[in-house]
Order: sequence, then structure tokens, then C-alpha cells
Amino acid sequence: MSGIALAAAAAAGAVLLAAGFVLGRFAARRGGRAADPDLGTPVERATFHTLHTASLAAPPLRAGLTEETARKAARTLRSLLGTEALCLTDRGAVLAWDGPGEEHHRAHVPEQAAETLATGRSRSAHSGCDDPACPLRWAVTAPLTGEDGVLGALVAYGSRESAVLVRAATEVARWVSVQLELAELDRSRTRIVEAEIRALRAQISPHFIFNSLAAIASFVRTDPERARELLLEFADFTRYSFRKHGEFAQLADELRSIEQYLALAGARFGDRLKVTLQIAPEVLPVTLPFLCLQPLVENAVKHGLQDRERGCRVTIAARDAGAEAVVTVEDDGIGMDPELLRAVLRGEHPAGSGIGLSNVDERLRQVYGAEHGLVIETGVGAGMKVTVRVPKYRPGVHPSAP
Amino acid sequence: MNQTYAVAAVTAVVLATVLIGALGLRVSRTTSDFYVASRTVRPGLNAAAISGEYLSAASFLGIAGLVLVQGPAMLWYPVGYTAGYLVLLVLVAAPLRRSGAYTLSDFAEARLESPQARRLASLFVVGIGWLYLLPQLQGAGLTLEILTGAPDWVGGLLVALVVTGTVAAGGMRSITFVQAFQYWLKLTALLVPVLFLLAAWYGDGAPRARFDAPAVLRGHTVVKLADTVRIGLDAPLTVTVTGSVDSVAYTDRTVTLAPGTHHVQGGTSLAFAPGAPLPDRAATGSDPLGWSQPLAGGRDGHQLYATYGLILATFLGTMGLPHVAVRFYTSPHGRAARRTTLVVLGLVGAFYLLPGLYGALGRIYAPELALTGSADAAVLVLPDRILGGLLGDLLGALLAAGAFAAFLSTASGLTMSVAGVLTQDVLPSRGVRHFRLATLLATAVPLAVGVVASKVPVADAVGLAFAVSASSFCPLLVLGIWWRRLTPPGAMAGLLLGGGSALAAVMATRAGLAPGGWPHTLMAWPAVWSVPLGFLTMVLVSLATPRRIPPGTPAILARLHLPEEITGTVPVPVQEVRR
Repeated sequence: MSGIALAAAAAAGAVLLAAGFVLGRFAARRGGRAADPDLGTPVERATFHTLHTASLAAPPLRAGLTEETARKAARTLRSLLGTEALCLTDRGAVLAWDGPGEEHHRAHVPEQAAETLATGRSRSAHSGCDDPACPLRWAVTAPLTGEDGVLGALVAYGSRESAVLVRAATEVARWVSVQLELAELDRSRTRIVEAEIRALRAQISPHFIFNSLAAIASFVRTDPERARELLLEFADFTRYSFRKHGEFAQLADELRSIEQYLALAGARFGDRLKVTLQIAPEVLPVTLPFLCLQPLVENAVKHGLQDRERGCRVTIAARDAGAEAVVTVEDDGIGMDPELLRAVLRGEHPAGSGIGLSNVDERLRQVYGAEHGLVIETGVGAGMKVTVRVPKYRPGVHPSAP
Repeated sequence: MNQTYAVAAVTAVVLATVLIGALGLRVSRTTSDFYVASRTVRPGLNAAAISGEYLSAASFLGIAGLVLVQGPAMLWYPVGYTAGYLVLLVLVAAPLRRSGAYTLSDFAEARLESPQARRLASLFVVGIGWLYLLPQLQGAGLTLEILTGAPDWVGGLLVALVVTGTVAAGGMRSITFVQAFQYWLKLTALLVPVLFLLAAWYGDGAPRARFDAPAVLRGHTVVKLADTVRIGLDAPLTVTVTGSVDSVAYTDRTVTLAPGTHHVQGGTSLAFAPGAPLPDRAATGSDPLGWSQPLAGGRDGHQLYATYGLILATFLGTMGLPHVAVRFYTSPHGRAARRTTLVVLGLVGAFYLLPGLYGALGRIYAPELALTGSADAAVLVLPDRILGGLLGDLLGALLAAGAFAAFLSTASGLTMSVAGVLTQDVLPSRGVRHFRLATLLATAVPLAVGVVASKVPVADAVGLAFAVSASSFCPLLVLGIWWRRLTPPGAMAGLLLGGGSALAAVMATRAGLAPGGWPHTLMAWPAVWSVPLGFLTMVLVSLATPRRIPPGTPAILARLHLPEEITGTVPVPVQEVRR
């Protein structure tokens, strides 16, 4: 009896698990591509089919024009065009060939494509094949263009000369060109993020370096030992902040850099700046984007000390939350108008706000997805609390050498 | 046994766990010469936490019960539970940490670069977690039943509620401290009473435990049987019976039973005279105590087979336990992970010296527990039985507190792991609310199954989880770390075939579907055939799909095996070098 009940309970558990799984998949897909409402006329269906085939070729091309992406794209492009054979080249060499006849045609492709690569115009010509049984008699060459001119060529082979093929090949080549331009856009976006990290590094320097050195100088006579310690902190802090490469760092290193920052800020502001750290040791090995907490702390110190009369308390807490680490940076300063903050996070920079917060928010979203952006609780005169939730593991996120 | 002390002790443990978990030892200081990085969890603390989480009800109660019933052959259990960490130390610890993975699913994804492999691994994490939680809750039920006479589902519900509450309400804030505290509590709770018990045993003339002959009852003993059992007699036995034996009803009558098998109705009381030999409980197919029978010997071949099955499952299964794997993330680097494992080996080994002693003492002083089928309670009743009085009550309360620490620590560790995987990979979207829902699901399923499932000695039930883990995650981890030609299809096929067949065999056995004799032995100890099956499937399918080797394999293997100073993932702290 109990055996059967156990089996039933186990089955129920399995069903429950499967249901959750399916629900998850369903929810993940919902909002994506909607299913066809009805099948439509033959023309509509042909259009859908063409669009679907085109969408299949898009993802590999979004990574740019290389041998691997060309090989993946060539097959779908050939079925899109419906030709005997299709070839993709860059400016120098053949990247991919799909269809028959590769062995005796591949060598001639560069000369077929040379004119198109030079002029950027489509061209239809005899393939120059001696074999009467070979179906590849005509070759249509269309240019693939990017921002900086012609990147390569698409060569479509047919059995006879056809204006339709010329038109189709040109249109497909234009579509591929759009994808390649998007790939370039992706690359330039990555470069912008890298530039922003560099800008962030550069942003730390002028004021902070000047103020720190001035504060250290004030201790040189009165308290040489403290001055020496502060100089060492300063050296470590700058070494860490100006490190050349690497997008990620361990939380322990980030926090150590923040401590050095706070020690230097404390030297300048004395008793007015009070700092509390509550760090769960379990989350110290967590990897997160390089310098993503530093701007938050800097912000908290700036906000907290804007009111000259009283001091300020900055609380930095990191706690363990299952598969995530939760870091909060809190100050009891003047706070901020939420509307203004929203504008800052949108990237509109009203006078006086740095790019710190929006940069951190953007990088977190880029690495971990939209649900891991900054959560900020604030109001005018009510202090500010910034919460960052970092997953303990995410593919591709590894701490890099300092 | 005095209930007041025991209930107070259990309440104190529950409160201490909740309080340390919720408040934590708050690290709250201003910045003055205080370096966060030097506060990473030290190998010693982390090792105590791992041990605290690992030593479950099976270790605290189960082993002693099995030794009491089946004899010293059961000592393979503590040996296996400990030696698992040796394999973990040699093959897995440091590379697992260096992979950066938090859960085993993360490792599957990091190594194989395949979301499908990740999802499959998640299903196994949840399955193993539930299989392991089930005996924890059942053990809690048994303990509370003995302490207070409450129905057997109350203890499981209590543990489930406490664990779900603390985990869902913001998680265990300082889980490392909680678990480390639980380890030392468990060690103290087992060590202090055993010293008193051994002293009393020595004062009693140091009687020997007899495992090769029927145990002899030392005093006038009344045994009340809750379930219907069959007992086997070698010689005539005179007992006073209230109830029904062999379908004949008696009321306080002295009966002499002839040699042979007798059928004793549930609810019957048997009163034995001092010095009477205790009858053997005859094993039947669905009898929970028949479970370990093959291991204790008797039939040809079964004992050897079952022993190897146990050794393989426990040696290779430890690395795949979800709550053990996540704790390695806390180590700052691979070398610390290895040192941690070494300390765990020492701590766990020290603990496992004790349960065997309780088992032997139980065989001398409380052998009738074998007849009633609640041998898992041996540890709890011994102080009352041997010492009695206030001292016995106090020591009994200490043991009850230790047992509850065992349930709470293992159950909370498992619940955290299972709930984490459920939120990440099974439930539709993430967020705090879903984590709470997942926590509820993580404890509700084993609780519900526990109410209907047949009672199996806890050490055996835990052994089943080890068998599944050894046949699924051991091949994945070992091949993933040491073999560069592993492919996602190979790994998934191995998980499904090795782990899946072990899981099916284990479920069928627990459901009582396995026929007696060899099929039962094969299915109750699946590791002997399912571990090689898992390895072989992974290797063969990987070799058959050489084009699917993940492109990042060389880079990942380099990261797994090179120390962090070379790959540069952990910078040398300048401040510490200079000072």
C-alpha cells in the first residue's frame, strides 16, 4: 500500500517538476515570435517562408563576416535564392561555398568577384566552365558592403542567364550587408563600453588625486607614520584602478579598493565621514564587473557630505542570498529627486551629475540582463540606498589578471 | 525519559539556529586597518561548516541503529561517508572551485557550454536533494516521537517549517557560522554522553557485545510491537504475552513458544525474563529491516556485492551532493578548497569514531529495539537505559539536541541548494518571491512523500541518494575535469543512463516493487553497475560525437588545473606583502 502511495507521490513530484519546466519554457518564449494566426494565401505563405529563411541566416552574420559565420549562413542563403550553388568571399579569399561544383569553380571565384569588389556593382557573367554537364553556367556577383565600403561579395551560380537571379542576388546581398553593418554596430558598442570604463578610470583621477595628496601632505609633519600608510593606500588604490585590462574582478578586491578609497577620503574629512561595513565572508569570492561599486560609494560620500553642517554615515553591506550576492551602499545624506535620478539613469546628464551611476547600471544590465540593474531608493533629504544583485555564477564572467 | 529536558534542549537548538542564522555574527566595523580580503572564510571554519552540513541524521542516529541490528559489517557506512572526501580531495576539490561554478548545474554549463546539459543537471540536483531530504524529515519525526510521543509526522513538519521559514525569510544570513556551530554541537552531543556511557559500561564489568549470537536481554523487559512482525526462534522461549501470537489471543499469559517462525500481531506486548535470548526478526521483502540484510552476510555473494555497492556509492557519491558542492564556492581559491577538504576529512573522521560505539552499547543494553524496528532510536535511549536518573535525562537531552542540529543543518543546506536550483532553472522567472515559492516546494515535496513512504533505516535511505549522485555527477565531474574529449551529448547521455537507471532502481526498491533475492540486492545497491554504466556511456557517446567538443575546452581545462597565481585570477595583495 505504502509502496503504491510512494510511487504515486513520486510521479506527482515528477509531473509537478515537468509542469514547472514547461511553464518556464512557455513564459520564456511568450512575447517572442507569435505563431501564425492562420495559414494565409499561397503568396503570403511564400512571403512568410522567405522571411523565416532570412531570419535563420541573420544570427551567424551578426557576428561579422568570417569563415565560420559565412559557412553557417551560406546554406540558408542558397535556399533563399534557390540557386545551384552559392559562394561568399571577403576582399581576398573564398570564405564559404555551398552546393555542388566547388572543386573546379572555387579557384575562379576571386577573378569573378574582382570587378564587383573594385566597383561595388553587381555583375552577371558566364562562369567560364568547360564541362558541358556542369550546371553552373552563369555567375551573378553582388557586393557586400559595410560602413567602410565593399567588404566582400556574394556569388550565385545558375544554369542560365536570368534577370530574376541578378535582381534576387542583389537584394539578398543588400540584406546581408545590413546584417554586417549591425555586426559593426555591435562591435562599436562594445568599444564604447570599454571606452566608458576607461573614462571611469580617468574620472577618478583629477579631483580625488589632488585632494588625497593634499590630505596626505597635511599629515607629513604631524603624523609621518599615518602619512606613510596613507601613501601606501594611495599607491595600491591607483594601481588597482588604473589596471590595464580585464572587465571583471572579485568582490574582495573591489571592496579592498573601496576601503582604500574610504581611508583616503577619511583622511580628508576626518570625523565627519563615518563608515560601516557589513560583509558576509561567503560572498567575497563573487565575480562582478570591474569598478562597479566604487562609483556608488563615491556617490554616497559626495551626497552625504554635501550638507556641510553634520557628518555622514555610509553603510556598505554585502550579504549572501542563495545563488546571488546582494550588495547595498547606503548614505544618510541629502538624497535626490527621483525624477532627476531617472533622467541620469536614462543617460541624460543634467549639470553636476557624473556618468558613474548610469555607467554602472548599463554595465550590470549588459552582463547580467535587465533584471540585475541598479535598484535605488531615495527622496529629497531622505538619503539614498543603492542595491546591486550579482549572480554568483554567470557563463563568461571570470575574474581577470590585475 | 524526562520529556521536559529534551523538549527544552530541542527548543534551544532550534532557537540558536534561527537566531545565528537571522542575525549572524555581524561584521560591523569602521575602516581602520581592517582589510576585507583577509576576512575570507578560513579553511578551518569552512571545513567545520561543510562537516556540519554533511553530518546528517543518517550519521547521528542511523549508523548506530544499523550496527545494533546488523553488526559490525555496517561500519562500512562511516568508512564510506568519510572516504568520499578523499576522492573529492584528490580529483575534484580544487578544479571545481577554480571553475567559478556555484552549483553543479553551473559546472555543467561552464564546462560543456550547453544550456541543455545545465537543465538536465539541475533536474538531478533537485532529485538527489529530495531523496536526501526525505530521510532527514523522517528521522526528525522518529526523534520527536521518542522524545514526546507525538505522531511521527510532527517532527518532520517542525523541521520543514523551521527550515522553510529561515531560508525563505531572507536566507541564512551567516550560514557558514550556523553550520560550523552545528558541527561542534553535534560532536559535543555525541562525545560527552559516550564518555559517561563508557564509564558506566566499564563499571558494569565491561560486558562484550555479541554479534554472532542472539542478543541476551539483561533485565526484565517488556517489548511492545507497533507493527506486525514475524520472529524466528532457534530454541523454545518463554514469554508473557498480552495480545495475539500466531492468531491466538492472550491476556497477560505466560506462553512457551516452540522453535520456528511465529507471527506476532501489531500492538502485542511481549515480556521477557532476565537472561532470555532475543528472538530474531525474520526478514520479509517489504520489511524495512530486511534492507541491509545482504550487507550483513548470510547468503553467498550478496554480502560481497552489497559491500562493493555501498563502497562505490559512498566513495564516489559525496562529490555530487548538492549541498556539499556549493560550499566550495566560499573558498577564496583552489588551494584553499583543497586544504578545506583535508580538514573536513579529519573532522568527519573524528566524528565517525563515535556512532559505532553507540551501536555496540545498544546491542548490549537495548537489543529489543531491533525487534520493534526503531533501532534508529538507539542513540537517544541509551543514557536513560544505562545511567538513568537526572544524569541520564540531561545526557539524553543533549543527544536529542545534537540529533535536531543534524536534521536542521543538513535540511537547511539541502533546501537552500534545491531552492536555488529550482528558482534558477525550473521556475519561470527569478526574484525574491520565486525563491520563497521554491523553498516551499523544496521542503513540501519530501515532506509529502515522507508521510506516505515506507520506513527505511535512515542510513540506508541516505545511501540511495549517494548511489544516484555517484552514477550521475561523479562521471560528469571526473570526466569533465580530467578528460578533454567530453561532449555535451555524451555528458547528457551518461547522466540520463547512469543516474537515471540508478534513480529508477532506487525508486522501485523504495516503492517495494523489486522482487526478493538477487534482483532486490542489485536494485537496492545499484552503484556497482550504474556507475560504470554512467562512465561508459559518457565516454562512448563523447567519442562518437567528436565534432561537438565545446570550442572553449582547452581554455576551461587550463583554468581548472592551473593555480590562480599563474592564470592571474587572484591578485597578490600588495599591502600584505609590504607589511
